[in-house]
Amino acid sequence: MPSASAAPPAALRCTGLVKRYGPVVAVDGLDLEVRAGECFGLLGPNGAGKTTTIEILEGLLQPDAGEVEVLGARWADGAGRLRERLGIQLQETRLEEKLTVEETLGLFHAFYRHARPVGDVLRVVGLDAKRTSRVGRLSGGQRQRLAVGCALVGRPELLFLDEPTTGLDPQSRRQLWALLEDFLRDGGTVLLTTHYMEEAETLCHRVAVVDAGRVIALGTPAELVSLLGGDHVIEFALIEPTVTPPDERLRALAGVTGVRRENGAVLLATSAPHLAVPALLAALEPAGARLARLTTHSATLEDVFMALTGRHLRDG
Amino acid sequence: MAEAWAARSALWQLTLARVREYLREPEALFWAFAFPAILTLGLGIAFRSPGRVPVRVGVEDGPGAGAIVAALEPRAGFTVERLAAGAIETALRDGRVDMVVRPGTPPAYRYDPTRAQSRLARLAVDDALERAAGREDRWTPVEQAAEVPGSRYIDWLVPGLLGLNVMSTGLWSIGFAIVETRNRKLLKRLVATPMRRRDYLAAQILARLAFLVPEAVVFLGFARLAFGVGNQGSYLACGALLFLGGISFAGLGLLIASRARTIEAVSGLLNVVMLPLWLLSGVFFPTSQFPAAMQPIIKVIPLTAFNDALRAVMLDGRSLSALPLEMGILVVWGLVSFGLALQLFRWQ
Ligand SMILES: Nc1ncnc2c1ncn2[C@@H]1O[C@H](COP(=O)(O)OP(=O)(O)O)[C@@H](O)[C@H]1O
Ligand SMILES: [Mg+2]
Repeated sequence: MPSASAAPPAALRCTGLVKRYGPVVAVDGLDLEVRAGECFGLLGPNGAGKTTTIEILEGLLQPDAGEVEVLGARWADGAGRLRERLGIQLQETRLEEKLTVEETLGLFHAFYRHARPVGDVLRVVGLDAKRTSRVGRLSGGQRQRLAVGCALVGRPELLFLDEPTTGLDPQSRRQLWALLEDFLRDGGTVLLTTHYMEEAETLCHRVAVVDAGRVIALGTPAELVSLLGGDHVIEFALIEPTVTPPDERLRALAGVTGVRRENGAVLLATSAPHLAVPALLAALEPAGARLARLTTHSATLEDVFMALTGRHLRDG
Repeated sequence: MAEAWAARSALWQLTLARVREYLREPEALFWAFAFPAILTLGLGIAFRSPGRVPVRVGVEDGPGAGAIVAALEPRAGFTVERLAAGAIETALRDGRVDMVVRPGTPPAYRYDPTRAQSRLARLAVDDALERAAGREDRWTPVEQAAEVPGSRYIDWLVPGLLGLNVMSTGLWSIGFAIVETRNRKLLKRLVATPMRRRDYLAAQILARLAFLVPEAVVFLGFARLAFGVGNQGSYLACGALLFLGGISFAGLGLLIASRARTIEAVSGLLNVVMLPLWLLSGVFFPTSQFPAAMQPIIKVIPLTAFNDALRAVMLDGRSLSALPLEMGILVVWGLVSFGLALQLFRWQ
């Protein structure tokens, strides 16, 4: 198979994916390319089509249209050999509660030809002490780590994770991130979906923002944030919103590169908050406006999503 | 070589997982062992000595009633009750009496000829009344009660109940387990691994076979202790039949559960399949009571084949070589169900 490109090989590629459920278009012409060795994130609200997309890529769902290539192979050409090289965690799976942690990993271990010893996996996912506990007695974080352990037991080259940390407390979330960072350091490739921007920012080399079954933005977290025009956000609201200066005046302030309004608050994008904040205060003073609120924060993918869609990620 | 080993070990691990789940489910375990024992106990008591069940006779009030009561009451095997004319129909319908005698010369017998117990009552009452009226017996026959083990109803019933039990536990436990696993999206997770699908289905059958041995031992042990029901044939042949029956019904269970998404759906299907099997397969009464036109259908039902074969071994002491048809039917049902289940199975 001749290859024209000298770029790092794609671990996964799909073009023009479409999946419909009756009148609902879950995936609407989606293209992706995940490079070997990277952590790629699909970021989007509930119902954006992340699960549908990832399950098509995993060969579990049949797309209505589009091409999928995983590790250089197509699902139609025989799934058996391909499955040996993939690790999969599904959003909805509930593992058998009456088996122990060790028995569950032992079961998945038996499916792979070059599986990793169960003891190793237990250590990697930090469930050594829970080895003989029933799955039904594990906490949410421990169950998620076990699910990831089941995905890791076959020594996968490519790991698919569908909302691996949804519903977990911050500490469990961080434990899982550390585990994935180890997997990436050893050369693995990860495709994960999330609706936590913090997760995408921490783990992912590149992120595709998905909304209504389409990719609406693609790039590194920093690139996406730069779409806002600055990496900081100044947010303010006035006690009497009617006296807020018009957008043109705000955009003309020193250091301000973008203006957005949301629920009576105003958000200014800037790369130089030390210039923009004094300029803003100076502009408000003569109008006699009194501040109800003034905050600044580093711009996040949440701000990017807001700017792109006018909605919050969590809203769904 | 390595591949063959991996495949075997996947089958083994899947079987082991299923056995463990089942062992850790106390209720399912209780019913698998206790239900057949309770059923046998109930039926065994009900049918224990059919010959000694008294004939219950109603005598309609009126002139001559006292003479009839006096003729029947002293004899063994009758319970006599006097009935007002208005109470006759209800007493017959409810089975409180098997027949009613209206005094007179000749007396009138009122009974339901389709009920065996009523026909028996009519003969016994007529015999007693004729004797009382002066008939002379030509002889007194030599009575040989068939109460030796092996020829009682309970001996005939136990193999049928064993067959019924192998079928019910096979169908219910596999049906429920599959639907539950499907609902957990665990089947979907499993097919996302290189696991071979036929290994998963075969493991369900193997796990079922593992439980057949203790279930059958407990059940047959109970029947032997409580009613002295024995086995005229070899236990090896019994075991081999259980094995075939287990495969056959486990395969059927997989087929029934192959598409169902909910416990309600699979319960409905199981009932639809099991009801005709209960009725037609000679568990409680011989299949020869059904019309000849139905016999070919009845014969190929797996539970009929299984019951017939079990009875041939346990009651008549036959060897397996005498049962090629029954064994063939079981094998074909098992293989066809398994193959169809593999094709139809909904993994998501
Ligand atoms: N099996 C299905 N049947 C009908 N609609 C579905 C099905 N699966 C997903 N959908 C719909 O497709 C859309 C995308 O769903 P999903 O891929 O689960 O989104 P996400 O994972 O991003 O939350 C939603 O509108 C959802 O309701
Ligand atoms: Mg989802």
